[in-house]
Amino acid sequence: MYKLSKQRVLVILGICLVGVLLAIPNVMPKSVKLPSWWQPVSLGLDLQGGSNLLLEVNMKEVVRERMELLEDAVRQSLREHRIRYQNLSAGADSVKVKIDNANSRTQAIGYFKKLEDGLEISVNENGTIELKYSETALNILTKKVVDQSIEIVRRRIDELGTKEPVIQSQGSDRIVVQLPGIQNPEEVKALLGKTAKMSFHLVDSRTTAADAKRGKLSNSSRVMNSAEGGQLVVQRKAVVGGENLTDAGVAFQDGGAVVTFKFNTMGGKKFGEVTKNNIGERLAIVLDNEIISAPTIQSAILGGSGVITGNFTAEDANNLAMLLRSGALPAPLEVLEERTVGAGLGADSIKDGVFASIVGLIAVVLFMIAAYGLFGLFTTITVFTNLVLMLGAMSFIGTTLTLPGIAGIILTIGMAVDANVLIFERMREEVKNGRSTHDAADAGFTEAWATIVDSNLTTLVAAAVLFWFGTGPVRGFAVTLAIGIATSMFTSVTVTRLIITYWLNRFKPTKLPI
Amino acid sequence: MKLFSWVTKDTNIDFLKPRKYTYTASILLILASFWLIFFHGFNYGIDFSGGVLMEIKSDNKINVEEIRQKLSVLDLDELTLQSVGEEGNELSIRAQADNANEESQRIAVVKIKEILGSGYEYRRVESVGPQVGDELKRAGVISSIIAIFAICAYVWFRFEWQFALGALLGLFHDIIITVGCLSLFDFDISLTTVAAILTLAGYSINDTVVNYDRIRENLRKYKKMSQYDLINKSINDIFSRTILTGLTTLCAAIALFAFGGDALRSFSFVILFGVIIGTYSSIYISCVFLNVFDLRKTQEARAKQEVNPFGNA
Repeated sequence: MYKLSKQRVLVILGICLVGVLLAIPNVMPKSVKLPSWWQPVSLGLDLQGGSNLLLEVNMKEVVRERMELLEDAVRQSLREHRIRYQNLSAGADSVKVKIDNANSRTQAIGYFKKLEDGLEISVNENGTIELKYSETALNILTKKVVDQSIEIVRRRIDELGTKEPVIQSQGSDRIVVQLPGIQNPEEVKALLGKTAKMSFHLVDSRTTAADAKRGKLSNSSRVMNSAEGGQLVVQRKAVVGGENLTDAGVAFQDGGAVVTFKFNTMGGKKFGEVTKNNIGERLAIVLDNEIISAPTIQSAILGGSGVITGNFTAEDANNLAMLLRSGALPAPLEVLEERTVGAGLGADSIKDGVFASIVGLIAVVLFMIAAYGLFGLFTTITVFTNLVLMLGAMSFIGTTLTLPGIAGIILTIGMAVDANVLIFERMREEVKNGRSTHDAADAGFTEAWATIVDSNLTTLVAAAVLFWFGTGPVRGFAVTLAIGIATSMFTSVTVTRLIITYWLNRFKPTKLPI
Repeated sequence: MKLFSWVTKDTNIDFLKPRKYTYTASILLILASFWLIFFHGFNYGIDFSGGVLMEIKSDNKINVEEIRQKLSVLDLDELTLQSVGEEGNELSIRAQADNANEESQRIAVVKIKEILGSGYEYRRVESVGPQVGDELKRAGVISSIIAIFAICAYVWFRFEWQFALGALLGLFHDIIITVGCLSLFDFDISLTTVAAILTLAGYSINDTVVNYDRIRENLRKYKKMSQYDLINKSINDIFSRTILTGLTTLCAAIALFAFGGDALRSFSFVILFGVIIGTYSSIYISCVFLNVFDLRKTQEARAKQEVNPFGNA
């Protein structure tokens, strides 16, 4: 007698039931609140509309800045140990210094090694020492900078109040920002385009910008553009850096908008000291290498908080306060790629996709019935179960359904019947070879199994490569394809078997209708 | 009820007989494809070439010429305007910024928006830098090659090396000819097209493996049958399955091509074309090719050496 054990029937039905339950949120109205694990499948930006930005962290800039700092450290170290040197300079990725005396050169290299971890130090034949980061040190630095950048980007985007943004790293130095529902990403890009490095510098009141042009500029000062017009000479070294800020906000003073800020204890103490000792001098507030304003210090500011005045509109002040609150980006970000899909196009894509799926489904079902009659009808049940299970699995796992993903579902509908065709054809052969109805049905399933596994696994290999190579929508397609392969293998073997077993036992046919 | 019972009939076709002609046809197609690939080239979408792509929609019919004139003040290379949809109220704008870098492209997007004004719905705005495009191009080629070899490695593991070689030839055949066709018809090559090509590889190998499974089974069953007859018999044994599965997948692919929308056009073309060429190559390339080897000899040699880890084949 051809039978399935009770346990197996229960397991099969149980899995199907779970699939149906998991798929249910997809047809429920949006207003119903559901627990987080019981949600409809999430739609990709190409279907729900939104903006996708690919940013690159400008590591060259970071390394260049680091080299400038390293140059200072090298100079200090050499002076401290009274070593004579020439041609100390910082390049894009290295610091070079020439030391003629071989003994002091060896000595100097010893000191340089202690300056920073991960430095690679080499000497060329004319006595020039070159310091640069090793590959590993660069990788560690990149990772650190990218992590920090992601944190800052997240804070800035949160300030905008975007719903459910996705911010993650891609590759070694890239950041992907996905903003559902954002149709015009200009505002976001403007916000991410600023590093927002703030610092306070004393203005060098003895040198004017005109003096500096004539070459009367000391090493410790530099010329900087001012947002209020013109140029000022400021001290290179910042008295307080923006990393000491704890809060910023907007206030209104004399009818204009101003930005208020607050320092942490250390910053407040430094700020207090500097303002106390330099009453009457001007203090430049510098943002991204541009002076916002340079007020004259009237009195010591000891409370650890202050005000930035400038020609701000309320919006400018708001943006600046927000940038200060979220902190400075460790490196400039460049937008490499930008993809924005309007909600209208997304909705149209879903409509087209659903329609194509329905047409495909009907065509496949009609075809199977035309080819196999009753068994074709059984296949229909299998195909539907497969669709529901796919949807359930995708909803539960949290896969993002993309436009190519919809294509994947449609293809799965067509390809999923393959397993059933293999089984039915095998049954037909077994009948032809003179086996009894039950034996033939049984053999159909067991004999076809190896072929089904082989053929599906090879497709799974292709899906795996797609997942590995692809990003965004293509990855979504790969996942959909893989889930489709798994569920269709399950349904076409077990569900079909369940139905045919039931049919055999209930109607006791003498012949298989294939 | 069973309208298609002709499909589920037993066949007795000599698939190996016309192999001179089928080989010649395949080789000619592959050569033609190579010619197209190298001399005609591809119509790369912005995924690969970099550039700006915008799709706008208006309540009224869009005058393409008017917009072309408006945009001509901008310094844009390769400006292509294309009406989308039947009603003529949608337009796709594709351009390369003058000196293509990320910055100038972003500015181009902003400027185009400024010139067109707010009377349009911006359905799609994409800007891809040239650097990303080159990287994606490389990734696409590399991943296709890896996919082919991964699939063949699996076939080698489950069958014999001759089968893996046959599968490799089949995959190579399908992909080259499909890619040649994409070039011939100037389809947009985007990331999804690459995904479609890998899916086609998956489908084609699926078909091949089902045939191979039967050949292997029959090699064990019919020890006395000549190899020529055996390959023929194996293909015939499951020919109805090959046709049925091909047709159902074709049904789905046609639905996708006809109703799936513009964004999936080249994707569904690849699948549509791939189902046909994949079915053909599974039989006429991958299976027929096996006849150049002495399969029995290797099979016996292997049987002595090891026990199949799966035990079921």
